[in-house]
Amino acid sequence: MRHVISVLVQDHPRVLNRITSLFARRGFNLESLAVGTTHQPGLSRISLVVSGDDRTLEQVEKQLNRLIEVLKVTDHTEPHVERELALVKVHVAGVEERLAVKDIQEAFRARVVDVAQKSLILELTGDSRKVDSFIEALRPYGILEVMRTGAVAMSRGDRVLKVREKKEAV
Amino acid sequence: MKGAEALLRALEREGVEVIFGHPGGAIMPTYDALYDSPIRHILVRHEQGGVHAATAYARASGKVGVVMATSGPGALNLVTGLADAMMDSTPVVAITGNVPRALIGTDAFQEADVTGVTMPITKHNYLVQDVNEIPRVVKEAFHIASTGRPGPVLIDIPKDVQLEEFTGSFDVPLDLPGYKPTLKGHPKQIEKALDALEKAERPVLMVGGGAQHAHAELLAFAEKTGLPVITTLMGLGAFPGNHPLWLGMPGMHGTVAANRAIHHADVILAIGLRFDDRVTGKVSRFAPHAHTIIHVDIDPAEIGKVVRTHIPIVGDSRLVLKELLKGAKALRLAAWWRQLEEWRTRYPLRYKPKPHLQSQEVIRAFHEATGGHAIVTTGVGQHQMFAAQFFPVTRPRSFLTSGGLGTMGVGLPFAIGAKIARPEELVLDFDGDGSFQMTLQELATVVKYGLDVKVVILNNGYLGMVRQWQDLFHAKRYSEVYLADSNPDFARLAEAYGIKGVKVERKEDLRKGVEAVLNTDGPVVAEFKVYQEEGVFPMIPAGGAAEDMIIEHPAEREEVEA
Ligand SMILES: Cc1ncc(C[n+]2csc(CCOP(=O)(O)OP(=O)(O)O)c2C)c(N)n1
Ligand SMILES: [Mg+2]
Repeated sequence: MRHVISVLVQDHPRVLNRITSLFARRGFNLESLAVGTTHQPGLSRISLVVSGDDRTLEQVEKQLNRLIEVLKVTDHTEPHVERELALVKVHVAGVEERLAVKDIQEAFRARVVDVAQKSLILELTGDSRKVDSFIEALRPYGILEVMRTGAVAMSRGDRVLKVREKKEAV
Repeated sequence: MKGAEALLRALEREGVEVIFGHPGGAIMPTYDALYDSPIRHILVRHEQGGVHAATAYARASGKVGVVMATSGPGALNLVTGLADAMMDSTPVVAITGNVPRALIGTDAFQEADVTGVTMPITKHNYLVQDVNEIPRVVKEAFHIASTGRPGPVLIDIPKDVQLEEFTGSFDVPLDLPGYKPTLKGHPKQIEKALDALEKAERPVLMVGGGAQHAHAELLAFAEKTGLPVITTLMGLGAFPGNHPLWLGMPGMHGTVAANRAIHHADVILAIGLRFDDRVTGKVSRFAPHAHTIIHVDIDPAEIGKVVRTHIPIVGDSRLVLKELLKGAKALRLAAWWRQLEEWRTRYPLRYKPKPHLQSQEVIRAFHEATGGHAIVTTGVGQHQMFAAQFFPVTRPRSFLTSGGLGTMGVGLPFAIGAKIARPEELVLDFDGDGSFQMTLQELATVVKYGLDVKVVILNNGYLGMVRQWQDLFHAKRYSEVYLADSNPDFARLAEAYGIKGVKVERKEDLRKGVEAVLNTDGPVVAEFKVYQEEGVFPMIPAGGAAEDMIIEHPAEREEVEA
């Protein structure tokens, strides 16, 4: 099963290293990782996409919690928003292809962010499945490059990822 | 005050009395400051010896062990010992010098990415970038190392930080928002556990190294309930090895009674252990009749990691046992005990007497001569298992061995650390001829500090444990395990260091040899030339289960259905 996990960490040097090293060492399957600062100085937030059975996911959460600089871990099993951004550079040979690609762009509500003689860069935001289908739709035209950010996630409603109660750790 | 002095002040404030270490360029400012410090320094001959000694110091004393080394090669020599301390949950703080900040990342002389290398084998580590951070980092390091599930913490300090002027404060608050160990077990879970035990017909209590500090509560709880007690290799001594409720050690070389008790148990209360594969064998066949496993551990990640757990209790074993004790009742286990007693008397630990001197009888002779009153350390191999089997210790913190990592060579440095922690105790290192040679340079440390440790080498002329596996599972193809053609004369080696050497080669000289060791005032290295082809039994082959237990060598095989 695919899970999206949000992790709130102290933005110390190597904290990302600790997390990726943990995944590698324990053989957890990491599909994507996105990281950024937050509105709180000193805190960063990481989104991980992990696949595994319930037991593995339990270990993922617990092992993350063992890291001293990890403040909070949430497996988004509740209603949540998930988004990924992708840049796709696609080959467009002639007018006909350009129009066809434009149709796809509109259908997916993507944006054209760069236009060149033989290619376009399209920008798409959506959940990972939408990005997958977008890429598949463009594939016949000749994709030159793809860059995806990996999923980021946030719980819907009033739930907030913060260091509220003291987390269990060792 | 320079950073180096601030570091030592901070260590003094943590109550550090002794540091094991070895100097070098990048840590020299700190060694310079050490010259004026009340902290005692034990100069080892190899950093690995230092970190193992610090580990044993910690385990024997309950305090944090401290080791210090220089950058690059010095720090990298700590790696095995840090991993060992990590696996066996031991509080150690390692301090390493590093190249000056401006040189980090340039492949400078003696530079290594020590925080990177040690990341997966420490509980936490630090690279100190600011001299004024030293007190905070030291405080956090000791707190993290010694609380929750203990473990090693490394502090890497660039040389220029050690030399920089310190202008900070020592009164820093502890602020670790991501680190709050759960100490008290959940009352509902404790109630459930008591309930399950009360309804159990064939319960067992298994304890590991996480219960060493809870020995008093453990004893009271076991005696109150009448539960049979099984101690893992790391748990030896947490419960007295001469107690009628004790069934021995479980797992690969455990007793028949302990392994059968687990196999047939309906309820298992496991405290402070992590179900290592050497304990469980094949997990899917482990404890097949247990409908309830209660697992008490301070590390939530250990619960459910290996075996399915029905009643998890996250907390400190001592506090949880205290709570359990409050609700404990005498359990009616007469029928179960009759069965256990039968297994115990029918299958005691034993060995077939041979005309040669045998490891088991050597260890047993020391046990008899000392009344079991000693701190035992071991190397890794057959002799380690024989020591666990034939030297049942009765007190906590008195069986120091490498459990999780199985590190050959810990015996002598462990003995050094133990002797420094508890100088009044008799310290016996039961070592292998192979293991001993991995760290024997520390004999110089023994001499330098006049440490009265007794090294008992069970010289079987082989990497015996590997040989045993080749014997049983590799068609007797003894690939690269023979040592006898090139072993030194251990007694003469000891004498070269100025240490008394003893050599015993014949069965009839055993008593005399034991006496020579124990009656010597000061360190001894005693070589007992033992039977070369001995096997450790009982044995559950790797990946097997209690039902696969081999009680004696296949040549005289008597397999036992569990
Ligand atoms: C550092 C290290 N290297 C290799 C091993 C693998 N190993 C486990 S037991 C053993 C043999 C140990 O020989 P010895 O110390 O003579 O003990 P014996 O089994 O003969 O009693 C070896 C090589 C190990 N545990 N540790
Ligand atoms: Mg040997």
